[in-house]
Amino acid sequence: MFVLLKCSPGLCVLRTMLSVKTGTCRFRAALSRYRYRSGETRGNASGSGFEQETEKKCGRLSEEAAIYVHWPYCLRRCSYCNFNKYISRAVSQATMRECLERETETLLHLSQVSRITSVFFGGGTPSLAPPSTIAAVLETAARHAHLPGDAEVTLEVNPTPAGASSLGDFKVAGVNRFSVGVQSLHDEDLRVLGRDHSSQDALRTVAEAQRLCPGRVSVDVIFGRPGQTAGLWETELEELLSVCDDHVSLYQLTLERGTYLFKQVQAGLLGVPEENTMAQMYDSARRILGKRGFLQYEVSNFARNGAVSSHNMNYWKAGQYLGVGPGAHGRFTPREEGRVLREARTQTLEPDVWIKEVQRWGHGTRRRIPLEHLELLEEVLLMGLRLAEGVSHEHWRQFSPDADLQKVLGTSIEVQELQDRGLLVLDDRGLRCSWEGLALLDSLLPPLLLQLQEHGGQKGARG
Amino acid sequence: MSRFPVENIRNFSIIAHVDHGKSTLADRLLEMTGAIAKTERNKQVLDKLQVERERGITVKAQTASLFYMYNGQTYLLNLIDTPGHVDFSYEVSRSISACQGVLLIVDANQGIQAQTVANFYLAFEAQLTIIPVLNKIDLKNADPERVASQIEKVFDIPKEDCIRISAKLGTNVDQVLEEIVKRIPPPVARGDEPFKALVFDSTFDHYRGVVTNIALFGGQVSKGDKIMSAHAGKVYEVNEVGILRPEEQPTDRLYGGQVGYLIAGMKEVKEAQIGDTLFHQKHPVEALPGFKPAKAMVFAGMYPVDQSEYSSLRSAVDRLTLNDSSVTVQRDSSHALGAGWRLGFLGLLHMEVFNQRLEQEYNASVIMTVPTVPYKAVFSSAKLIKGHRGVQKNMVYIDDQRVMMKYLFPLNEVIVDFYDHLKSLSSGYASFDYEDAGYQPADLVKMDILLNGKPVEELAMIVHRDKAYSSGKALCERLKDCIPRQLFEIAVQAAIGSKVMARETIKAYRKNVLAKCYGGDITRKMKLLKKQAEGKKKMRRIGNIEVPKDAFISVLKRKDK
Repeated sequence: MFVLLKCSPGLCVLRTMLSVKTGTCRFRAALSRYRYRSGETRGNASGSGFEQETEKKCGRLSEEAAIYVHWPYCLRRCSYCNFNKYISRAVSQATMRECLERETETLLHLSQVSRITSVFFGGGTPSLAPPSTIAAVLETAARHAHLPGDAEVTLEVNPTPAGASSLGDFKVAGVNRFSVGVQSLHDEDLRVLGRDHSSQDALRTVAEAQRLCPGRVSVDVIFGRPGQTAGLWETELEELLSVCDDHVSLYQLTLERGTYLFKQVQAGLLGVPEENTMAQMYDSARRILGKRGFLQYEVSNFARNGAVSSHNMNYWKAGQYLGVGPGAHGRFTPREEGRVLREARTQTLEPDVWIKEVQRWGHGTRRRIPLEHLELLEEVLLMGLRLAEGVSHEHWRQFSPDADLQKVLGTSIEVQELQDRGLLVLDDRGLRCSWEGLALLDSLLPPLLLQLQEHGGQKGARG
Repeated sequence: MSRFPVENIRNFSIIAHVDHGKSTLADRLLEMTGAIAKTERNKQVLDKLQVERERGITVKAQTASLFYMYNGQTYLLNLIDTPGHVDFSYEVSRSISACQGVLLIVDANQGIQAQTVANFYLAFEAQLTIIPVLNKIDLKNADPERVASQIEKVFDIPKEDCIRISAKLGTNVDQVLEEIVKRIPPPVARGDEPFKALVFDSTFDHYRGVVTNIALFGGQVSKGDKIMSAHAGKVYEVNEVGILRPEEQPTDRLYGGQVGYLIAGMKEVKEAQIGDTLFHQKHPVEALPGFKPAKAMVFAGMYPVDQSEYSSLRSAVDRLTLNDSSVTVQRDSSHALGAGWRLGFLGLLHMEVFNQRLEQEYNASVIMTVPTVPYKAVFSSAKLIKGHRGVQKNMVYIDDQRVMMKYLFPLNEVIVDFYDHLKSLSSGYASFDYEDAGYQPADLVKMDILLNGKPVEELAMIVHRDKAYSSGKALCERLKDCIPRQLFEIAVQAAIGSKVMARETIKAYRKNVLAKCYGGDITRKMKLLKKQAEGKKKMRRIGNIEVPKDAFISVLKRKDK
């Protein structure tokens, strides 16, 4: 099947819907054309080849972005969920579609992004949105920037029977990757989690998704559920691994204040596994997945055959992203306004208010906070260390050309201690957590942040 | 002001239990004798300190000289306002020794309270004339009959002697003035005697130095005289003398029997200690009895919240103690809290007021650690106090509704929460006073606190052996709540010698990583991590354990209500 999309003026790009492996598109060379602008210069353009390369890369970095689109509506609220979601009663589909399109356009112009690296439809329940809305947003994106044919376009899917049946339409609309919210294979647990599907539904949905996009299906699972034991978990995982595709996301259940599940646990109606058990579950999951050929490439994400999520990789590599839709988060530089600092941006949470703002101003940005150089570095560190590969020296250089990791962190006694403990590794490749360290990342980050701040402070003092 | 006949001088104090209305009566007396204008706003004029006004207590004794016309004669009434709290009983006793009589104020509803009794005895032992005054008769619940009977019973003073007033409304206050003149004898002082004066208070003025409040027992003093203080032994030249109205009013000369102020180039209040005797350099006299250097009863460690504030806190402490020689100051340092001081106070109220003044007047925020009481270590075998820690000594029924009981308590039992517990148990009706009963042998032990085997010195406590287990356990539990989990297990132990009394364990993290940074929302996580990083800066390392300063504070701090 082919879909014609308008791309840069005058150019048509054929996006094939043949089976495509992550990151590569057999027709890319023939069909797509990149056009880099010479990009913003940082200081003087002259310098050694290395600096030029860095500048080009930085220039490139600000030209590219991923797009996250938030569809805020759900039919029900899961008992553990505290995301920005609304139970839709009467959604004006046309209005939503128009506003999503409009905001996409506005933010693309604002950021002056010329190349979109990936698109992710999250929510809420994006699989409730009409496929035509998905298509419209993609088309708009492609109209105002270059959306390569092989760019990853993911849709989160709630695996109800209805959801499963519309997968084909989503694919037609332009989706080439599905992230299925399986959560659990135990129906009783699904009930406790407030899900509106059965495990059978979920498995069927996964199968259908695999049929449509083989090798490009991800499965979300939650562990640490009430009543779950380590043994049960391992069995469940093995079962899941026998039917899933090439990507698994494992999330430990977190009780968030204000959720129904939180209240139930507080009231003593439900219990959750002990911390020790949770730790054990995580540990065994990592091992089991490893044995089955899945590479843990991030704290919670496992892939085989290279099927990593490039959209999420963009987050962990501190790339830019535009957040479209109510409550969506973005990180980009609004270059149209002449800014040079990247901003942390949040769109208005409530759909109705957001709609009005988009209609009025073209976008519903509620908050925008410029990130100082140090803050950006903090994010690079925080997000990068979630990856098994950590932060490479090269990657760090893109954001901190003057001070490498060794210089910044090498003098810290505590960082050295963490290395001695075998939790952190700082070598000629870069900085990363060890296997043990990854599970304890949040204990490692404060000393690293502190050291980064102190180093930044010293630099400032030196002028 | 010319020479005043001694027979027309009356030196008196007002003594009472807290809040029975001393300062209000003082206000009224000042108004009525024209020392201050009669206005609504003369609420407790003599309480100059902000903290005094706020807490409604008198901390520093103030003095005022009043002129009163009676029977065609002018009388000079010297009022010495006294602190009403037991912490300051020494000051009270010194002020009293400058007087010949006291007004003993008793609340007509509350009746005799603990300090009514304490202050009565001070005056009684000094053989002063005591005029009982029943105050607050305007209140609905006032029962002057009952209280007058109480007074007769407990103090052996005839009911008819009581003057019933309302200081607030001014009712019968004129009668008080009359009775002062009629009942209180004039001071005994002869002009031909050598100069001899009692220092009953001193304050520090930045421009003029130490200002002493004195009562002349004999002789005269004027500007230019060379005087000496018995205790300090130094010579000074008098810069200024005068009376207090209550503001300073300089005069040429002060005469025997009078009360006023004197400035003589002293640089520190320590040079003019309360109770000291002043005399002419060429005419030494015998020092007045009763002088005691201030003795601290309650100790506390005081540390700045952050070490960077150390020097500003130090200057605040210096300035505050300029005016308060009864605070003992010693430098101290804690591994946990850094450099600070060990301060000695006359009592809990003294300490609280000091702390409050630090905060209000000098904008200093401090950490006060649990007050400790002085211990004397005895190396021979110690005897246990039998049974309970309090031993009843005495019980007297004041009237059909009230009983007064005397107990012997170890001071540290009393020092922290006893007063509050007593108040709450008795719904506020019980009142309480204590005096130092000296040292007694007790079975005390030193309890160490260990983190992973390493002792934490500043948490070590001296406890009674009976209490070792419970205090140790409580302390370990508190620490467990305060110390965050780390990458290894932490054993918190309380031990006496090598014997472990109590233990808590803080488990190590096995997993500590946020599962999902959803949809690019990392701001929340960043904030949390940055907060943790900030918190790290405030941590102290004991061994390789990171202990937040708050842990020490919450363990050491006095429990505030």
